[in-house]
Amino acid sequence: MLQKLTQKKFSVVESAVKALGDSGDQRARPLLETMLANELFQQKSDKQLVKAVGSRNDHTLYDIFSGEELAKGVSSRQLNRIRVNNKIRSTLRNALARLALSDPDPQVRSEAATNLRNDQAEEILPLLQQALADEKEESVREVLRLSLATLQTKHPDPEIRRQSITLLSGSLDPNVRNLLTELLQKDPSGNWNEPESDIREKIQATLKQIQFWEDIYGGVETLFFGVSLGSVLLLAAIGLAVTFGVMGVINMAHGEMIMLGAYTTYIIQQTLPNLIEYSLLISIPAAFLVAGTVGIILERTVIRLLYGRPLETLLATFGVSLFLQQAVRSIFGPLNQNVVTPSWMQGILEINPLLAITYNRLTIILFVPFVLLTLFVLLKRSHFGLEMRAVTQNRQMASAMGIRTDRVDALTFGLGSGIAGIAGVALSQLTNVGPNLGQSYIIDSFMVVVFGGVGNLWGTVFGAMSLGLANKLLEPFAGAVAAKIIVLVLIILFLQKRPRGMFALRGRFVES
Amino acid sequence: MNWKRQSSFAKHLLLTGLTGLVVGLANAADTIKVGVLHSLSGTMAISETTLKDTVLMLVDEQNKKGGLLGKQLEAVVVDPASDWPLFAEKARELLDVEKVDVVFGCWTSVSRKSVLPVFEELNGLLFYPVQYEGEESSKNVFYTGAAPNQQAIPAVNYLMDELGVERWVLAGTDYVYPRTTNKILEQYLKDQGVAEADIMINYTPFGHSDWQTIVSDIKSFGSEGKKTAVVSTINGDANVPFYKELGNQGVSAEDIPVVAFSVGEEELSGIDTAPLVGHLAAWNYFMSADADINYEFIDKWHGFIGNTERVTNDPMEAHYIGFNMWANAVEKSGTTSVDEVREAMYGLTYPNLTGGVAVMNTNHHLTKPVLIGEIQDDGQFVTVWQTPGGVIGDAWSDFLPDSKTIVADWTQPIACGNYNLSNGKCSGQNY
Repeated sequence: MLQKLTQKKFSVVESAVKALGDSGDQRARPLLETMLANELFQQKSDKQLVKAVGSRNDHTLYDIFSGEELAKGVSSRQLNRIRVNNKIRSTLRNALARLALSDPDPQVRSEAATNLRNDQAEEILPLLQQALADEKEESVREVLRLSLATLQTKHPDPEIRRQSITLLSGSLDPNVRNLLTELLQKDPSGNWNEPESDIREKIQATLKQIQFWEDIYGGVETLFFGVSLGSVLLLAAIGLAVTFGVMGVINMAHGEMIMLGAYTTYIIQQTLPNLIEYSLLISIPAAFLVAGTVGIILERTVIRLLYGRPLETLLATFGVSLFLQQAVRSIFGPLNQNVVTPSWMQGILEINPLLAITYNRLTIILFVPFVLLTLFVLLKRSHFGLEMRAVTQNRQMASAMGIRTDRVDALTFGLGSGIAGIAGVALSQLTNVGPNLGQSYIIDSFMVVVFGGVGNLWGTVFGAMSLGLANKLLEPFAGAVAAKIIVLVLIILFLQKRPRGMFALRGRFVES
Repeated sequence: MNWKRQSSFAKHLLLTGLTGLVVGLANAADTIKVGVLHSLSGTMAISETTLKDTVLMLVDEQNKKGGLLGKQLEAVVVDPASDWPLFAEKARELLDVEKVDVVFGCWTSVSRKSVLPVFEELNGLLFYPVQYEGEESSKNVFYTGAAPNQQAIPAVNYLMDELGVERWVLAGTDYVYPRTTNKILEQYLKDQGVAEADIMINYTPFGHSDWQTIVSDIKSFGSEGKKTAVVSTINGDANVPFYKELGNQGVSAEDIPVVAFSVGEEELSGIDTAPLVGHLAAWNYFMSADADINYEFIDKWHGFIGNTERVTNDPMEAHYIGFNMWANAVEKSGTTSVDEVREAMYGLTYPNLTGGVAVMNTNHHLTKPVLIGEIQDDGQFVTVWQTPGGVIGDAWSDFLPDSKTIVADWTQPIACGNYNLSNGKCSGQNY
């Protein structure tokens, strides 16, 4: 049997895996799990199956069943990988689910019972019935009963079918919906798949209910997507809201500050490979310092000389952005860098079979209010914030009161750039970390700030959220490309009506 | 008028001590110049820099073997900076100022379309190494990448026959290559009896990074009971967030496999491949190909670039074949004159890196094998299927009503890039 696994023909391997799953032999589980993890190898020398972990020239071999270490430093040329393709992977999963029905852990049993719902094979029925009879844990029994019900919707006895449908009526599993839809159709010879008309009506009602919940949760999902996109936009734009909104500097290198933040994350992960789980937390202050420092240098050397000349500032900072991009390209190379996602940000939070939220988006949504709050406290409650507001509201007066305006300018610009750096840490989890990272966010950032109203942080929040939601609400109808265009057109029309954005700053602007 | 022929004629005059010195001097170079037209900065630098290095390595190799026709090769590298109009300018510079004998370059279709008029006007020679949408055959371009029938169609066949896929999502970036490829695929699927409702087509902008809605749409499209697959012509940078979102939303390759035409070893080397395992790609070459000639090439590449972590990919193989075929054609015809080299190219064979033989056809496309691979956790592909022999590149797709009757053949008596079989007319070039 085991030798069959080493065959080149995928169909032979598949039947061997199936047989192992049906054998009910618990020893097959570590073998199949190793195979699923792509770690099953055959030694070329003695044809023995082993588990091997490692890279090209350095594999460590383990015994599959005992987990005992067999050898170290084995080259891949001495090993044959047992090749697995998608079909075999799903066969493996089904075989494992069958075996896992008798696992001591109720969690594992319950998962196995759910997985078996995908496997619409006749021979599972007795397996599940047996498992239900042996099962003590009520929660697992519940899952088992549902899985059993899905299988029994085609049972010859109408009474059992009726019961199954009743059991299934509360389920939101898409598999159940497909099954029920199929039952309502006619087979090629014109007979109903479900001969009893009262059961058909019942199915109809159940389907209607499922459809209702699908619509509700679909709406919730779209809202979530919108808020999530809005948060990303907001994160990218907050820094700009400070440099452009508060100081009035058109900083085309803003995107590159984001990129620097992302690269800082990459460097932190490279230098501290053992702390991947905490790397993002370490990266946040690090990225703030790196991007902030670059921002201050940029302000002192370039922008300071160009205050009051927006066109020259635009061109100069555009030059700086190209310079920074090429600098990164020369140091790190043109290829994208691999930033690892810590395990606590991977995967989904499954609320029910119809609604699942990805952890990375959720983390970013929760991270944004934190950044905003910190910024607000800094602006409204700290001495530096007071100076900063004084300078932006009336530079001459502030200067006359003894505030060193040029120092405040440099620090404000540093603050804006630093926040862009923090945005880079978050974006490194969503998109490519490469020299062009910043370019894809610069336009959106300006759009958010201008739309929200220059000089108003609340406006930026509002702008980002409404752009995110508008994009996501339009996308299902119009497609991604058209949604972007429509949003852009709407913004242009809006700015015709209110040229200073959603929340125009009131009061006297001495410099305007 | 033929520049190169005039130049060798001028050399003759010089040798025999006659006049004509002024005309000949500029062209009587003692090296053969090889132009390299790949972006080294801007968005496409990520993919194209590697190809520049590949050509430099091949030139280096050839020079170690003694060059060509007793002359050393000299690579002339220019940087078109991912800027399409600049491609045309740089191409003109290479042909007009540098007087190169051959150019290896371009990646995106739009860059190729932008240099085409220049190559045709100045009668240059371009080797284009990337898979593309077809519907083109220029006298001055050799297409060493895959045409749609060498990548897209076999991939769809694999999904249909081996995996039993019945519902199709055609997802692409919004530009000419995905649009044309998807048009071909849509027609092909309909010819195979797939219903309109079972095909979902979706386009996204360049560098799209927010895939939540689309992935969720794909998920619900795929949850309706029929086996679903995604055929992805998503380009470059947008792929990483796409696969990440698939992984995050729990769409595994077993439920909904994604077969991609623009994702190769190079693109995978910059990302965490864990969520991608099991997804597919169709190419004419994988780095994992088990052939001695391939191991040799990889070793040479690692030696040249000085980094054993660097990967090889399909467009690199295309340049490898293209360059060596060109070198053989030059040897065969005894000149670097574009027209004679072009004639000498037809029917030339050269071993490809997967262990077979590539043939240059008279429609300027190669005959190559098609491989389908599954992505592994180390960023490499395992070949799960491959065509028994080579597939002849078809310049004009048979699945589009407009190009069904068109063929390309640059030998007599047709000698045309878009010859219409139904009315026997050659409509000339239109780019």
